[in-house]
This record gives sequence, structure tokens and C-alpha cells, in this order.
Amino acid sequence: MTNDGTSPAQGGRDDDGTSPASPERGRDDALCVSIETEGDIVTARQKGRELAAAVGFAATDQTILALAISEIARNIIAYATRGTVTLGRLDEGGRRGVSVVAEDQGPGIADVDLAMRDGYSTAKSLGMGLPGSKRVMDEFELTTVLGKGTTVKMKKWLR
Amino acid sequence: MAVPLLKQGDVLIASIQAALTDQDLVRLREDVADRVGRFRSRGVVIDVTSLDVLDSFATRTLRAIAYTAKLRGANTVVVGIQPDVAFAMVQLGLALEGIPTALDLEEGLAQLDALAGEGRHRDQ
Repeated sequence: MTNDGTSPAQGGRDDDGTSPASPERGRDDALCVSIETEGDIVTARQKGRELAAAVGFAATDQTILALAISEIARNIIAYATRGTVTLGRLDEGGRRGVSVVAEDQGPGIADVDLAMRDGYSTAKSLGMGLPGSKRVMDEFELTTVLGKGTTVKMKKWLR
Repeated sequence: MAVPLLKQGDVLIASIQAALTDQDLVRLREDVADRVGRFRSRGVVIDVTSLDVLDSFATRTLRAIAYTAKLRGANTVVVGIQPDVAFAMVQLGLALEGIPTALDLEEGLAQLDALAGEGRHRDQ
């Protein structure tokens, strides 16, 4: 189990199809939810919960996953206006789980360390979204380029 | 989908539905502030039993609703937070900070009664 937000290369980047150039396209079980209105936040977290249930997560973990999806989808609306949340099944060497990739072409994050701090926010929130999501997921990777956008990749494994 | 607001005596009851959007919550905040004045309500119960997730925005807005109602002279109790929802909130570090909560509607109404009683004692 890794939970390292700063490491650029997570294991399984290629075989799980979550590289930035091809956000899980071509995978039958990947589901891309476009995030443009706040109603899409509800859709994304509901789809995430359904997927988690299908993979076999217990109700508590389904809720935690739905909450993390809600937070990162909310960040897209708050900071980048629009983007996508892509949900996928993970199956690596018998380990099953769910991957969540949130991508936007927004302004990017100027100070990642600050953004990952509990209670810090530049807008409209409690500042718990990123650090909170990182805490509840098994893997969390944030990539951001100023003026280009932000990608958050998260994984939760079934235990 | 607007949140229905029911008047029962001097209490307003808001039953939040599962697919609640941010807009619905913001509207609820405005509706509560308005109805508390119109119905001269002394208490507000917000029932979140059917809510699948309480995220940071929902948490913050519930706090705003409670503080707004308080400034208008009404106490607010949030009822029906489901076990999984509560657990997820704790894991993520979300808190309702000072807003009374109760297990269900019945407990919430009893709590409002108790709060109103305290108020009367102070007045005497």
C-alpha cells in the first residue's frame, strides 16, 4: 500500500491505462463522467459508489470512495470550471480495486504543499478536499502544471 | 430538486433527498432563513437520513444554515446522519462544529424542546 502524493511514477501506470495521454480510453469498464455543472458531482459520486459496490467494497468503503470523488469533482468546478472524472476497475495480480482519475485544464496549483495541507483553501471550501481524499485512499498522486491543468489519480484497493 | 420544508408547530422540518445538488442546499439556506421569519419558527430540523454523502460543501452549508437560523432566533438540529456517512466524514476530517445532532427526527424534536426549555429558564 502506498500513499505517496509526490512520487511521479506509481506502479501499474501503464497497465492500468491511467496515463495522462490516454485516460482509460478503450477500456470497456472505464467510465468517464464529464464535470461541468455541480449536478455532475452527484453523478460522478453515484457512479463511483455503483462501481465500488460491483467490485465488492463494503458499504462503508463505498461511502468513503463516493466522498473522495465528491471532493475532487468539486475542486474541478471550483477551480477549473470543467474537467472529467474517470472511474475504472483495477485488477492487478489478483488485487482488485477502483481507480479514480480527475483531470482538468484549469489554472493548476501554485503551491502543492499548501494545497495538501488540512484546512487550507483559496476558495469556497473547507480545505479538506485534497488532504482528506489522500487520507482515505490507498494511493494518491497529484500532477499539476501552472496554466495547463491538474490531474489527481487515486486508487482504493479491496482488502 | 428543492428540499421540502414542512411546518410542524413552531418547528420547520427539512427532509433532504439523496441526489442533493449544491444549488439545492444553497436554496435551502435561503428558504430556511425566510420561513423561520414567516412562520415564527423556534426550531429547525434538517433530516439527512437519505443523504448518501456529506461532503465538505454540504458540511459547510449545513453549518451556514444553522448559524443563519440562529441569527433569526431558531435552533437547528441535524438528524439522521447514517453510520457510513458519519464514518466517512470522520475519516476525511469533516465536522459540523457545534451544530446539535440527533439520531432521528423524534430525538431531534425532543432536543429542540429541551433547547427551548433552557431558553425559557434563562428568560425568567
